[in-house]
Amino acid sequence: MASASAKKIRPKYLSLPALLFEIRMPVAAVVSITHRISGALLLFPFAAWLLFMLDTSLHSEQGFEYVKTKYLGLTLVKLGLLLFIWAFCHHLCAGIRHLFLDVDIGGDLKPARLTGWIVIAAGLALTAVFGARIW
Amino acid sequence: MKRLVVGAHYGLRDWLAQRVTAVIMALYTVIMAGVFLSNAPFTYSAWKALFAQGWMRVATLLFAVSLAWHAWVGMRDILMDYVKPDGLRLLLRIGVLLLLAAYVGWTIQILWR
Repeated sequence: MASASAKKIRPKYLSLPALLFEIRMPVAAVVSITHRISGALLLFPFAAWLLFMLDTSLHSEQGFEYVKTKYLGLTLVKLGLLLFIWAFCHHLCAGIRHLFLDVDIGGDLKPARLTGWIVIAAGLALTAVFGARIW
Repeated sequence: MKRLVVGAHYGLRDWLAQRVTAVIMALYTVIMAGVFLSNAPFTYSAWKALFAQGWMRVATLLFAVSLAWHAWVGMRDILMDYVKPDGLRLLLRIGVLLLLAAYVGWTIQILWR
C-alpha cells in the first residue's frame, strides 16, 4: 500500500490539455461543458447579433430586404448563423435533460448516458433542419 | 434543534428563476420555430405585422427579461467556477449586468418604435 501511494502523485489536478487529450470525458461531462459553452456564446455574441438583425429587419423595408437577401446571403454570415442554431438547439435540449434530472428522472448511469447521447444527436439534427431552411 | 443556515434564500430563488425563465423562453421558441418553418412567404409586411401585435410584443419583452435573468444566473455560476481573482470576477459580473441591461433596453427600443 505504501509503495502504491508513493508512485502516484495525489491529488492530481486536471489541466486543460489533460482534459482534452489525456482522459476521455464521459458523455454527461461533454453535455455539461457544452451546455455552459453554448450558453455563454448565446449571451455573447449571438444575442447581440440577433438583436442587430431584428432591429435592421423591422426598421424598414430596405432593411428587411438587405438582411434577407444580401446579408444572409454571405457565406460567413450563414456559417455564423449555423453555429448560433447549433448553440441554441443544443442548449435547449441539454436544458430539457437538466430539468428532468432536477426532478430525479434519468439520473442513473445508464439513462443519463443514453439521454446525453440523445441531446447531442438532437442538437445536431435540429441544426440540420433549421440549417437547411437558411441554405 | 432547528437552525437556519442561510437567511437570504438567494440560492433557491436563483435556481428556481433559472428554470422558470428557461420554460418561458422554450415556449417562445416554439412560436418562433413555427414562424420560421411555416411555408408562408417571408415578407416584410408579414414580419412587421407579427411584431406589431400586442401579444407578440409582450411575449418578446418577456423573452428578453427571461433571458437576462436566466443568463445572469448562468454566467454567475460560470464566473464563480472559473474566475478566481476577486477583482476580475467582480469586473466581469458588472460587465455581464451592463450587457444584459443593454439587451433589454435595445429590445424595448426595437419593439416600441
